[in-house]
Amino acid sequence: MTIWINVIVQGVLVGGLYAMFAAGLSLIFGIMRLVNIAHGDLIVLAAYLALVTAETLGIGPLPALLIVAPLMALVGYALQRLLLNRTLGHDLLPPLLVTFGLSVIIQNGLLELFSADSRRLQAGAIEVATFPLSEGLSIGALPLLSFVVAVAVIGALQLVLYRTALGRAFRATADDPDVAQLMGLDNQHIFALAMALSLAVVAVAGVFLAVRANFDPAIGPARLIFGFEAVIIGGLGSLWGTLAGGVLLGVAQAIGAQLDPGWQMLAGHLMFLLVLAVRPEGLFPRVRA
Amino acid sequence: MLLEVAALDAFYGDFQALFGVSLRVAAGEAVAIIGANGAGKSTLLKSIAGLMRARPDAIRFDGVPIGVMPAHAVASRGIALVPEGRRLFASLTVEENLLIGGQLGRPGRWTLQRVYALFPALAERARMPAPSLSGGQQQMVALGRALMSNPRLMLCDELSLGLAPIVVRDIYATLPAILGQGTSLIIVEQDIAQALKAATQVYCLQEGRVALAGAARELTREAIAAAYFGV
Repeated sequence: MTIWINVIVQGVLVGGLYAMFAAGLSLIFGIMRLVNIAHGDLIVLAAYLALVTAETLGIGPLPALLIVAPLMALVGYALQRLLLNRTLGHDLLPPLLVTFGLSVIIQNGLLELFSADSRRLQAGAIEVATFPLSEGLSIGALPLLSFVVAVAVIGALQLVLYRTALGRAFRATADDPDVAQLMGLDNQHIFALAMALSLAVVAVAGVFLAVRANFDPAIGPARLIFGFEAVIIGGLGSLWGTLAGGVLLGVAQAIGAQLDPGWQMLAGHLMFLLVLAVRPEGLFPRVRA
Repeated sequence: MLLEVAALDAFYGDFQALFGVSLRVAAGEAVAIIGANGAGKSTLLKSIAGLMRARPDAIRFDGVPIGVMPAHAVASRGIALVPEGRRLFASLTVEENLLIGGQLGRPGRWTLQRVYALFPALAERARMPAPSLSGGQQQMVALGRALMSNPRLMLCDELSLGLAPIVVRDIYATLPAILGQGTSLIIVEQDIAQALKAATQVYCLQEGRVALAGAARELTREAIAAAYFGV
């Protein structure tokens, strides 16, 4: 019994990470109908940036985040302004193709710079710290921190979207980009700010990914899939739903892995297919008028 | 002159919608543009608002050429468009729709309180989602949203569209209060009687050209009918 509680707890905690993968993806799709195929690779890019920052400055991964998150936000603003804005229009295909190309470029660029070797961000003592809950059951400090941060990130995004002028501008532009311009909002700038916010979240996700497990330049696409699945399970347009989606995906994977180590991915995908079959609109879709 | 449109052409791809349209709006004036469906009325408003490109000097606002200016820059200079069919932001509340109209922070008399005073029905529904309102109330939100930017020129596209006559009358009854605050108006309308009552100058468009222009009180019904239908 303890084993299964443990499995579920671990699944829930890793689900926070998946929700962070998903939140940036969902934000971008919601505001500008752009499916960012390079999202997973940008997560990996952030992980490498954190690695370089931590090694160069001799600081831990979490302090490194203070540099990597603003840096990724800048990358996001420039990327949107200089490249992705040009692909947006009535056709969904150009942004898909361009971000797919971007994904290939990032993967190969990282491969060239860092080789295919697995890397890991060392976080020090916190990596092995645990909180014992009961006999045979304990929670690792790092997974717990990553989950708490995920909840905080999603709560912060929710606040930005629904309680600030910037969030109002995001939602108005998502509703009707033409009319938003009539209000004096520059779509190009708003989209670039959204991508900046998305990549700041990506930076947080990338650092926690890199502390949690080994990473190499090729793992981006799988993170993208986890992100997609969390968004779809949770329901498009709902950030808290995305968190629930990430948790469900994490739990399904953990249970699968417990049954047979080879079933981890399969169990996650099966959960995704199950939700698609039973509730194609996701668990918590936001009702659109 | 606040607004001068000179020999404006407009295109949708290969299709030409406006042919050398010229029009002038003085400060504090209300100008009506009438015409049948497809005459180019909305295209003219979209060109002025910057949603469609024009020759740079085909449109001058306060002497400044704005023909190639993007819509957000035109808005910040003080032109607000109340679009056809209202086009409120569906996922925003009534109050958020108004606030986004004011996000440019242009100084002036119109504030949230004054818009609510002009349209008391909106104050009670401030926290409701915009699409949940009746058509007339939605039109009030669209007008209020435009007013919140304290425009010097407000472009109203078919305010009466889809509304009951009594509601149309209420909406038009607020226009004098808006003019009184120093905002000039261009009113595009299919309801000719309503347009003639609200405006001092009238332009009649027919197939993308100005077929008739003159002071509202001097134009005869026959002249308007001839320009409207091209008979």
